[in-house]
Amino acid sequence: MIEREERSYDVVVIGAGGAGIRAAIEAKTQGANTALVCKSLFGKAHTVMAEGGIAAALRNVWQEDGWEVHFRDTMRGGKLLNNWRMAQLHAQEAPDRVLELEEWGALFDRTKDGLILQRDFGGHRYARLAHVGDRTGLEMIRTLQNRATELGIDVLMECNMQRILMDGGRVAGAFGYWRQTGKPILLRAKAIVLATGGAGRAWRVTSNSWEYSGDGLRMALEAGADLMDMEFVQFHPTGMVWPLSVRGLLVTEGVRGDGGTLRNKDGERFMFRYIPEFFKAETADNEAEADRWYDDKKNNRRTPDLLPRDEVARAINAEVKAGRGSPHGGVFLDIATRRSADYIQRRLPSMYHQFKELADIDITKEPMEIGPTCHYFMGGIRVDADTTATTVAGLFAAGECAAGMHGANRLGGNSLSDLVVFGRRAGLYAAQHAAAQRAPGAVDDGELDGVAREMYAPLERGASLTGAPTPGSEDPYAIQNDLQGTMQDLVGLIRTRSELEEAVTRIASYRDRLGRVVVRGSSRYNPAWNLTLDLVSLLTVSEICARAALTRTESRGGHTRDDFPKTDPEWGKRNVVVRRRDGALHVGTEALPEPPADLRAVIGEQPKPAEHQGAIESTQPAGLGARTR
Amino acid sequence: MTAEAGPREVTMRVWRGEDRQSGGFVDYAAGVDPGMVVLDVMFRVQATKAPDLAVRWNCKAGKCGSCSAEINGHPALMCMTRMSSLPMDEPVTVAPMATFPLVRDLVTDVSFNFEKAKTIPAFKPAPPGPDGTRRMYQEEVERVQEFHKCIECFLCQNVCHVIRDHEENKQAFSGPRFFVKLAALEMHPLDTNDRLELIRLKDGLGFCNITKCCTEVCPEDIHITDNAIIPLKERVVTRYYDPLAWAKRRILGERTRGRAD
Repeated sequence: MIEREERSYDVVVIGAGGAGIRAAIEAKTQGANTALVCKSLFGKAHTVMAEGGIAAALRNVWQEDGWEVHFRDTMRGGKLLNNWRMAQLHAQEAPDRVLELEEWGALFDRTKDGLILQRDFGGHRYARLAHVGDRTGLEMIRTLQNRATELGIDVLMECNMQRILMDGGRVAGAFGYWRQTGKPILLRAKAIVLATGGAGRAWRVTSNSWEYSGDGLRMALEAGADLMDMEFVQFHPTGMVWPLSVRGLLVTEGVRGDGGTLRNKDGERFMFRYIPEFFKAETADNEAEADRWYDDKKNNRRTPDLLPRDEVARAINAEVKAGRGSPHGGVFLDIATRRSADYIQRRLPSMYHQFKELADIDITKEPMEIGPTCHYFMGGIRVDADTTATTVAGLFAAGECAAGMHGANRLGGNSLSDLVVFGRRAGLYAAQHAAAQRAPGAVDDGELDGVAREMYAPLERGASLTGAPTPGSEDPYAIQNDLQGTMQDLVGLIRTRSELEEAVTRIASYRDRLGRVVVRGSSRYNPAWNLTLDLVSLLTVSEICARAALTRTESRGGHTRDDFPKTDPEWGKRNVVVRRRDGALHVGTEALPEPPADLRAVIGEQPKPAEHQGAIESTQPAGLGARTR
Repeated sequence: MTAEAGPREVTMRVWRGEDRQSGGFVDYAAGVDPGMVVLDVMFRVQATKAPDLAVRWNCKAGKCGSCSAEINGHPALMCMTRMSSLPMDEPVTVAPMATFPLVRDLVTDVSFNFEKAKTIPAFKPAPPGPDGTRRMYQEEVERVQEFHKCIECFLCQNVCHVIRDHEENKQAFSGPRFFVKLAALEMHPLDTNDRLELIRLKDGLGFCNITKCCTEVCPEDIHITDNAIIPLKERVVTRYYDPLAWAKRRILGERTRGRAD
């Protein structure tokens, strides 16, 4: 038996972004002995990067708003593939969760009457996003962090979990290592909440950091849970494209929400040419109406600049493909000619700073160059809408790593609200589950030894080396680089069968190479070793993403097939579900739950075939170069 | 636009080691492309020369505050320091923050800060107004929003000579990051908690002699000294050292919250 540190909890929350911290707060408040495991330092998780705001029908700016309208926007933005119950709960509970953040000390920007101000965002009918300039995520994570600190929750920082441990059919704990020492740690638990985010690091042009390797997705799959909708990956339309070192870095949708507009190299506001039938009735078809809409939403339709992200990303891709892009392979995002310098600096201080410092661009004077960047996983762990329970007893999931809420495409601003709505629910039901258990499940020492052996194997291969590495040994950085190239080129914004099949083949070869990785040095904060372990998750999730994308032979939301460019109503009734049984992946489909009649009436008309636009002649985002990550 | 030449070779002089005594600087030649920041070059060193080089980072966009280091002796975020801002014809030194214990290479143990955070009395809001809302106005939240910009990079803690040069002061001194946090709480329009006694005694505000080193290194341009520390000092003075206020307290009784502004 290996030497290990051991701790025992009622609830262990893995992942410390918005969903994880909110879950831990709830579990602790319910009386559960709770641990919060962070892959980084506390407060550094990716939520901190969220810029534009948190969507909630607070009705502070537009009285006409309400949960039904938010629900409708979310479902339509998700191309009706959302789990209707999650979308309903989300729309109903988001306002309370925002007000709760305020009660815990968050300071959102204010209306003239002293209430929380709300801004416009893509796909939202009314100005709905509570925000703090363009650093809403920071405000949110710090508020939650302070609350968790106040409650005395055990926070395990720089701690990577590698395996969910099972006792028969129920959760017994989690096993992993401390980054700072490399030493193993066992967390016994009666219930586990996964809040580990997506796996956007598998792409080259990405807004995601190194943390986003899909550990939670892999661990849930291995524990026997289902993954769902894994073909749906959101490419945010506006990532920086230049300089190369910041390619993919996010530019908030708030730029367009606050009046910015997309232009091609001819200065044309091209989005008017890309309004899909599904959104025609609610989208302005001329510049004058689009510009009036910012101030008068009753008599004007929304600007096509603020179509849902999937539509805008495909449109940009098509413009670049057609040779109408900007010098560095993107298009222009212009707010300089549309709003005053003072307004821009006040509303978008981070964007101003980011472009000034990293690209020598003054966004109050010049347009930005932007292009699509891998941003968000709509798919993830399949959960029960009300309780966030997975199909594994004692295992819960919330936030980006859970599936269903956003369907085929997420609206901007709906992520932060998702985190707190379902984070709270996960913590609540995990605590209830834990309270009903007498003791944590038994842990199998043999299993732990096996996981530990696998975990340390790359280091042991390195320790036995003297001199040059043996022929055939592999380097994790090279594998990561190759994987990013494959996902970028073959599983990107626009997909096709032959390329997806090629991706699956290549990923299998990376798995072979991963088994031959040799890492030198100690286990203490060794990034080569940490990356090697992250690659186990990255390869698993990448393969599943490619195989799910092969399965869905239609185009919808964040999944566009060049060989199946139409939206197929039959596919609108099904989710692609992936599970692992006896070591083998099974990819199949299951029926999507249908909303009750009253909610169907709220949603409105269904999408018709042949509406998916932008997939026209293109195969891949053009000219996407390296982002050194 | 800053004129940036094409790719070029730069010597990165990077601190390596598992403890301060046995470690030292190691030179790595690395190619630098236009637009690159120091963190990009560290990645290049990892991928080509030193796979186990320990670097803590996360967002690579100046928003999470993970990649703090001392670049050519100057405390800064590696992700926001453009190579073109440094003289590239001489070696660029990159060293770990000096104030915190070393973990390895460029990574330090910053747990001191998270421990201090636990000692700060939490936000305690006043009850909502009669209409159930908590009204606050943009003008009154703005000065606190400045403090909320803090990304906890701990560069201000690193550079503060009260603890940088005097390990023994760490017990009784919270440091600039937490003065900012305390100021944010004390000036929050809805907060009702009283922390002045603690600020004076346990957090060691009196140690600060306003050299503004913290303000100079803040990547978020928070006016730490002027907007957080000095107003806090004024509140403490008003509460504890102002004879008029003292007399008033004796006559009228202690107020739950001392407002110096």
